[in-house]
Formats: sequence, C-alpha cells, structure tokens
Amino acid sequence: MNSVFKKETFRDDFTFKNSPAGIRRFPFPFAEDNYMYAVNIEPHVAGKKGSVFEHPIDVDEHYVGEMLDRAKVLAEDPLRCQALPHMMTAQWDLLELLMESQAQGYPDVFSLTKDGDKWHWINKALDIDEKFTFGDASTLPYEPMEYITRQSQGDFCILDQRDNNLWMDAGMVTTQADWSLDFDIGMNFMEWHGPVPLAHQMGVFERALKFMLNLQHGHPVRRFNWTMTINPRLDTSPENYHKWGPDRTTVTPENVGEKVYLRVELQTFFRLPRSNAIVFPIRCYLISMQELVTVPKWGRRFHRVLKGLRNELADYKGLTRYRPTVVEWLSQYDDGSPTSPGWDPE
Amino acid sequence: MLISGIKSRPEYHGLTIDPHARRQFFALGGEGALALLEKPELKDPEFLARAEVLYVAQGSQHSAALRSSGVAQYWEAPTIPTLLTRLQVTLSTAHMGLRLYTAGTEGLIGQVMQVGIDAGITFLSIRTEHRGSLARRISCVHCKGITENVTTSPFTCSHCGLTLLVRDHYSRRVGAFQGVCIDAEVPGDVPPTEELYK
Amino acid sequence: MTKRVDHQVEVVEIVQAADTVKRFRLKAVDGATLPYFSGGSHAVITMRGTDATGAPVIYRNPYSLMSSPTDPAYYEISVLRVPVSRGGSHFMHDQVKVGDRLSLSNPINLFPVVATGRKHIFIAGGIGITPFIAMMDGLAARGGTFELHYGFRSRSHGAYWQELQDRYGENRVKLYCEGEGQMIDVDRLLEHQPLGTNLYVCGPAPMIAFFTGKARQAGWPEENIHFEQFLAPPSGKPFLVKLRKSNVEFMVGQYQSILEAIEAQNIEANFLCRGGACGQCETAVCEMDGEIEHNDHYLTDDDRQSGKKIMICVSRFKGRELVLDL
Repeated sequence: MNSVFKKETFRDDFTFKNSPAGIRRFPFPFAEDNYMYAVNIEPHVAGKKGSVFEHPIDVDEHYVGEMLDRAKVLAEDPLRCQALPHMMTAQWDLLELLMESQAQGYPDVFSLTKDGDKWHWINKALDIDEKFTFGDASTLPYEPMEYITRQSQGDFCILDQRDNNLWMDAGMVTTQADWSLDFDIGMNFMEWHGPVPLAHQMGVFERALKFMLNLQHGHPVRRFNWTMTINPRLDTSPENYHKWGPDRTTVTPENVGEKVYLRVELQTFFRLPRSNAIVFPIRCYLISMQELVTVPKWGRRFHRVLKGLRNELADYKGLTRYRPTVVEWLSQYDDGSPTSPGWDPE
Repeated sequence: MLISGIKSRPEYHGLTIDPHARRQFFALGGEGALALLEKPELKDPEFLARAEVLYVAQGSQHSAALRSSGVAQYWEAPTIPTLLTRLQVTLSTAHMGLRLYTAGTEGLIGQVMQVGIDAGITFLSIRTEHRGSLARRISCVHCKGITENVTTSPFTCSHCGLTLLVRDHYSRRVGAFQGVCIDAEVPGDVPPTEELYK
Repeated sequence: MTKRVDHQVEVVEIVQAADTVKRFRLKAVDGATLPYFSGGSHAVITMRGTDATGAPVIYRNPYSLMSSPTDPAYYEISVLRVPVSRGGSHFMHDQVKVGDRLSLSNPINLFPVVATGRKHIFIAGGIGITPFIAMMDGLAARGGTFELHYGFRSRSHGAYWQELQDRYGENRVKLYCEGEGQMIDVDRLLEHQPLGTNLYVCGPAPMIAFFTGKARQAGWPEENIHFEQFLAPPSGKPFLVKLRKSNVEFMVGQYQSILEAIEAQNIEANFLCRGGACGQCETAVCEMDGEIEHNDHYLTDDDRQSGKKIMICVSRFKGRELVLDL
C-alpha cells in the first residue's frame, strides 16, 4: 500500500490522476438517470473488498498528495480549522475514531498501541512516530482534532447535540465545495443548510435532523453528495473563490475530458461516545470526464443526469457556465441504450 | 452570474414578555424602542419595577418616551459599541432569571446576541424583534472584514476593496451576512448595483 | 432503521447498595472492553426468564449507566426493587445471580450534560441519582463546575450518598434526608446562579414537575431546564392488536406494553428509550375500532387527534382491535 502513494498536486500544475484501480473503485453516485434530493441515508456497513466502503474510514492512493495540500491550505489560512471551547472531549473522541479505524484498516501504514492513556501512533506514509497521553493536549503538537485530521483524508465537522438540534461547533475544512467554516461555525443544522435551494420546502432537512438526533453509537450511516469542479482542485472554498472561480471560464469543447471533474462527497455520520457529539466526515473523490467515460455505463448515465438537472440545482452547484459544453461533450458517449439501475459498472 | 436568491433568514419572533423573569432586560436601538413602547406590560407596575433598558437612538426620536415610560432603569448609549460594552459588563455579574430582549436593526440584534451568548445565555432564550432599516452587516469571506450598513448588492468591501455579492446566508456568531467576490470568474463583469435593503 | 446489536455481558458482582437497591457490575462475556459512553446514558437490558407457568418470558428495561464513562472495563447499573413490578425489577432482584448472562444494548444518551453550560445543578430524588453519578464523574474529569442536591427517604434507603459526599465534598454534594426533616430550599438555590447554569432533575414525576416549575417561575428559560423521568409503561385492560404486514394478531396483556407484546411474538420493532420520550417507536395505525390512550411525551396534539400514530412503548388502547402497520 505504501508504495502506491503518489505526491500529486491539487493546484498549480494539477498532476492529479486516478490509476485504473482508482477509476474502478470510484463512488459513482447516480443509481438512476436523473437526480433529485432525498434523505438518501443508509447504514455505513462494510462493503465489497477494494471499494470505498470496505473500511469505515477510506485511505486511498491519493493520501499523501491530499495531506500535503491540506498542510498548504492551513499555512495560508489557519481559519480553516477551528473548534469552539466546549468541544475538547469531542476532539479526543475523533482522534480515537480515526486512529483506530486507520490502524485497523491499513496495518501496513498505520499502527496504534495503547498502554492505559499512553498511546503510540505510527504513520509510515507521512513519517510520523508519536508518543502522547490521551486526554492531555499539551503532549501533541496540535489540538487533537487538528492533529489527526492533518493525517486523514477529507473534511471533518463535529456537531454538538443540544436543544433538539445539531450545532457545527468544530471542523477541519480544506476540501470543501464552496462553504466557509469560519462563517458557518456555531450554526445549527437548519442554519448551515440555509443556502440549499428547494430542499427546505421538501422537508428533507426536518426528516434528516430527526434521524440524526437518534443516531446511535456503533451504527454509523452514510450518504452521497456531488458537484463538479474544473481542474482537480480540492480547495474550492469561498475564501479562495478568486483563485478557482476563473477556471470555470476556461472550459472548451476540446478540453472537457481533461479539465472537467465530477466531484463526489461520501458523507458519513458517526456518534461519538464520550461527548455524545456526531462527527461528519466529508470525503471528496475526483474523476475527470475522460476517466469517467472509460466506464460506458457511467458515461451514458452522467450525460442524462447532467442534461436533465433542474436549473436551480445547477445554479447552486455552480455548473451553469460550463454545463452546456459538458453535456454536448458527454452526448458522444451516450447511444441512448438502457442503463441498469444502481451505480456499479456493468 | 452568481445566484443570489438563496433562502436563509434568521427568524425574529417578537418580544414576547416572559412573565416570570426576575430582570426584564432590554437592549434596543432606533425604531426598536417601539417594540417595548407598544407593550401593554408597561401599564403593570410589577413589570416596570423589574425592567431595565439600554437604548441607542441611532437617529430615532424615541428617547424621551422610553425615559419617561416608568422602567426601573434607563441608560442611553451614544453608539452601538458603547451599548455593547455596558451590556457586557452588566451581564458578567447577572444571575439566572434575567431575560434578555433585543429589538432594532438586524446588525444590532446580531451583536447584542453575541454579547449574550458570550456571557453564557442560551441564544434560543433571547427574544428578538426586527424594527427599522433592512440594511445589513456583511462579512467579507475573503478578508473577514465587516462592512456596516450595506443597502445595495453588489457593494464594495470597506476593508479589502473587492466587489461583493451579498448572499442570503447569515451567521449569528459573526452577526452578519456573507459577502462573496462577484467578479472572480470574469473580473469587471459586475451586474448593476441594486438597492435591495433599505 | 438501525439494526440493534447487543453485547453479551456477565454479572460479576452484585451489591446491596441500599434497602431496596441492588447494584450490578457487568463485564463483556468475550472479555472485550465495552464502549465508552457519555454521562446520562442508559442501556437496555434484556432479561430472559420464565413465568409462573414455566413459559419463557423476556423483560426489557432501560437502566442508567452509573459507572465511570472513562473506564469501560465494566458497566454498573442500579435497580430499585419496586413493590409491584412488571417483571424486570423483581427478576433482577430475585433471580439474577453472579455468573448469569444478560444482553445489553449500546449506550444511548437522552439526558446529556449540556456542553456549552457554565455550571450544572443536579437534583436527584431516590433512584433518580443514577444518571448523575456518571455525569459528575465525567464533569469532574474535565474540570467542570457542578452541584448535586440529593433527596432520599432515609439514610438506609438512599443509595451512594456517603460515597458521593466523600468523593466530591460537602460543598458540591448536598443531602436531604426526608426522614430527618431535611428539605431543599429550592427558591434560594435558584436565585443567584450565574448565567449559563443548567438545571437537571431526575426522580418521580411529581418531583420533576415541582422543581422544573420552580425554575420556570424563577425566570429560568426552558432551554436551561432538563429532566429525565423513568417512565414505566402503564398497565391496563388487555386488548387485541393485529400487525398488518407481519400478518399476526395477539393480545396485549395487562402489565405488558404493545412493544413488549410484539417482541414476545419474536418480531423486532424499533425502540430507543422505551419510555415514551424519544420517538423511535412511532408506529402508523392502519385502522382501529376503539380509542388510543396516548401515554407518551412525544406526539403533538394534532398527531394524537389524528389517531394515525401511536408510541408503542408506553401507549395503550381501549376497544375491539387496533391494526398497526408493522
């Protein structure tokens, strides 16, 4: 596993690419030829070997590249990682969850040994060998959430549960699709979902919140979200909009294949034991259009989904400017044949 | 090109008086004075004996009416920051049993709520009512600077000078709406300024 | 929705903690550590016994976890022996021995400490002390500020008062022995607490109503007042229930809840608190010939009027038959 880690970039020269194995395991999120919101939550149980669901926390070939990009984002903008003062217990809960999951799933790369509250963590991919006291933040170079999320792929939001609501009171957010942790921190479930069009009227958030409030320890759940990005850029934050916004105007019929990316978020929800908080990892997967169409079923389906997408959703996801060009390009891969339900390649 | 019709507004349910509060504490600004002056509770001597008011006139003409309303304590602040300072010190020694009410512009409400939250008050218990101008405080997502009294979209950030679109996304903690650079994709491609929040 | 996984535990110690209270220490049968939990959590214990006729019977009761949340080597629960038991309390006291095995659900927390609170005041009546023991342990470990006011009938009846006062001191643990005429001065208690204080009450229903009412009258906002009631399902006349999807019908007994009757049919139904508070067991009513007796804290007035929903863990029915969408 170790030798598979590449030091790709997600900015400037954009050397990111998926290997053929990476393409095959990509979590293509569309089970039907059209897309609309739903409370599409399902139990987060172990999936097929090699798939992104094999382990509760997924570590893939892009691990090292992503962690290097995260470090750069944080150096430029420390406000991407914040925790309100009452969240320290939850931070430790998260450190335990990520260390145990990564060590269990990828023993060639990570190891965790405990002697009471004296823990020993080894991360071979990033050359880290750390001995610390669980519960004592002064024995780590960063607070626990920042420490471990600098070594875990994806964004992480920790939600405090009180007053029959969930509050986004801590987070590490460097691979987001256009929302600001610094602005949203402290918001409750309904508030931070404020900007999402249509879903409020559909009652999607009421049902989802009710479900989340009863989420039990030991029974995590998952769902998918998706959008698109031009160039394999992880940091598409509003703070840096002036850096990535102009990319949207650079799409031409000739470069769609290599420049336009489907961006899928695997969102999982775990109840944390000591703090009773919920951690919400948002794991981001990117695939270029030319990689996507190597799976014929996905090429046909995505063409149909994108073509039929409601304008409000396309606007909110930021696709408006280049959507027609991409739909046109994808049409050459859609011969109209029926496509099986579900997202596995045929 | 950016969309601006996103739904998200804090709800200001009105100053419903809590009959059990030991201290009825009002932080009001401008036309927010009317939210209290219109209350029938002002005729109740027991309510008056427990009522305290901090007020910033902001150009309104209600100071005299508030001062002579019979409330046990009345203090007028010349500006919002001075009202907030007084509020913060008062709350630092206050006890459970104090109910905080605030009425005025959204910017005032947001800042009063933040002082209340910092003092340990659960924000859901704070009673709020919007009165007066719809002018907004905007937090620039790029430089984090706050621009006061914004009535148009787009507008210029008073800190970094970028042209910002006002998103209908509000943060209680910051007490402001989010502003995002409107011409990042095509610099100079700025829609005409509309006066939206009077 | 969420499939339940139970831990198999063995009773490793039983202690008579007070006149009618027994404490049980439970360890995982496979020797693994049990999950960490947050103070205020409870777990549902499944007890398998036999009734008077020798037929197998299952009791399921929620019990607050009173052991230290930071030491998952074992769990501890305390059980009050009630004079008229629906089965669980007497089973635990009279039948369970050291070495016996029970099933234990994952901890669930419907009564947590508010993380943003600046100070926490706990008022316990009788066996209501149990959730607070774990909550205080957790708060003490993180340097939180708290006070306990614990009322009990007599020194021999009240459990753990000595240990708690020894551990946390007289400033933080105030005791009120009813038999000695000691009463809590609640007005004085509520008068001068700093902003950000949260009140938690656990005990019999009239006690909860009294203290939460006093807090409201003292001007405390609803958001700062919390309570947990150990609500046992009420008993009543037996009635007929039909499950449309499962195609079965059965009588719900006098001391049995609808949920328990369903479980006795070896059918699984959703539940979480088993006390009418959390909403997980909400079940759709297909049709009925009679009237639902709503005994829960969860449904809205509209929901109750509609007759289309029922909380099967505590509510009952009067009439010819009740048909549920299960």
